[in-house]
Amino acid sequence: MIHELTFPIYDDEITALHVGDQVSLNGVMTTARDTAHKFLVETYIRTDEPKQELELYEELKEILGGGGIYHCGPVVAQNEDGSWRFVAAGPTTSIREEVYEPEVIRHFNVKAVIGKGGMGPNTLRANQEQKAVYLSAIGGAASLIADAVKEVVAVYKKDEFGVPEAFWVIRVEGFPAVVTMDAHGRSIHDDVEAESKKQLTGLIG
Amino acid sequence: MDNLTEHFVELIRRAATDLPADVEVALIVAGESEEPGSAAKGALETILRNVALAREQSTPVCQDTGTPIFEVYHPVGVSTREIAQCARNACAVATERSYLRPNAVDSLTGKNSGDNTGIGFPTLHFNEWDEETIKVQLLLKGGGSENVGAQYKLPDGRLKAGRDLEGVRRVVLDAIYQAQGKGCAPGILGVTIGGDRGSGYVRAKQALLRRLDEPNPDPALDAFERQLLSDLNRLQIGPMGFGGRTTALGVKVAVQHRLPACYFVSVAYMCWACRRATLVVRGNKASYE
Repeated sequence: MIHELTFPIYDDEITALHVGDQVSLNGVMTTARDTAHKFLVETYIRTDEPKQELELYEELKEILGGGGIYHCGPVVAQNEDGSWRFVAAGPTTSIREEVYEPEVIRHFNVKAVIGKGGMGPNTLRANQEQKAVYLSAIGGAASLIADAVKEVVAVYKKDEFGVPEAFWVIRVEGFPAVVTMDAHGRSIHDDVEAESKKQLTGLIG
Repeated sequence: MDNLTEHFVELIRRAATDLPADVEVALIVAGESEEPGSAAKGALETILRNVALAREQSTPVCQDTGTPIFEVYHPVGVSTREIAQCARNACAVATERSYLRPNAVDSLTGKNSGDNTGIGFPTLHFNEWDEETIKVQLLLKGGGSENVGAQYKLPDGRLKAGRDLEGVRRVVLDAIYQAQGKGCAPGILGVTIGGDRGSGYVRAKQALLRRLDEPNPDPALDAFERQLLSDLNRLQIGPMGFGGRTTALGVKVAVQHRLPACYFVSVAYMCWACRRATLVVRGNKASYE
């Protein structure tokens, strides 16, 4: 069975999900990777009160509340009317954001973080506390995922951060992913690491 | 050389938007070996659908089009500076045409050059040879896989790895255990035994240009490659680290002389999207493999 999820996602939809479940994502979410995460945390979170980039703050709160963050630096192309389209958009490695993600999930009430390779114990804990999930997209399945991106709704910080690092706000339909860290404290990444450790010990003693 | 830039653009397009036949076959065989209904099988099916779509649309197989690594073979008397310029120009054109993502970032300012050229970017190696043709092999190596590469200094007490093939086996297994699914498994490994810290990695990446079905010319190393591959696939890391039977698609080992004091093992991890292509220029005619 494939769980259909549409942003904004609610807590009861999240708690119904378990590791290994396949999901299909619909609606508006944003990409964010290294520079964007650093920016979010330094500009809005690790500060007494956000003072800069307030207009963008309001936009991001709207998108991220109940929303999704996709770890992705896409290949894009510009249409003749100036609008953008996604050409290739597979996930990037998520663990680099482990130092930022728990704070981002809590501050903005993010419900789904999508990427590849899994994340660490702090994100897993934030998932449990905030009712959120980590979803694995298939690394490198860039053309296929770009096909699920139906519209680029907006782009923020493109000139300052560059194309891969910008916030690309996208409307997706049928974006395929697998729950690999749920809101109940389970992580496929931990399970596989433990099993492979056992095998490794058998192979090299 | 007027057309050389255009030939380079076509080389980049072919590398970025398709997979070599041997890699695609290996992925199909891997998919057949995984448990029906498993996340591993699902991942490989998605990967194969994606490759077919990329080829059909001429769009990048993976959005991380990586570091373009050009291995150039040229006859005596050809200007390598001119060839390098053609390669750089071609990177810019290929970026404009969305075959490549802008991928060259200034390490101090964080600014993306926007056209895949920069200081030491792309990577080019030149080899003079006796043929009259120019041959260019291109590997597009993404960042996720680059980040899980590893270099070991033997002996390694933690892994009980001595200065012999058994020691090499131990550290390579450790490297892939450490990588888990993060380098986009199932991966292909280039391994150099020996050399220095720089040359070891360079040679390991060159080893990735070998076809998966091309045996190692040294029978002992060929047997070693097979043993390593079989051991790696017992780790159960599986496609994308979801668990499963396919952790690696191939292992390619190279050897270099070393200093008496040093014994490095350099492991270059290539993701399943092992994007390589070859251009051969004979006079004004170009052909691609």
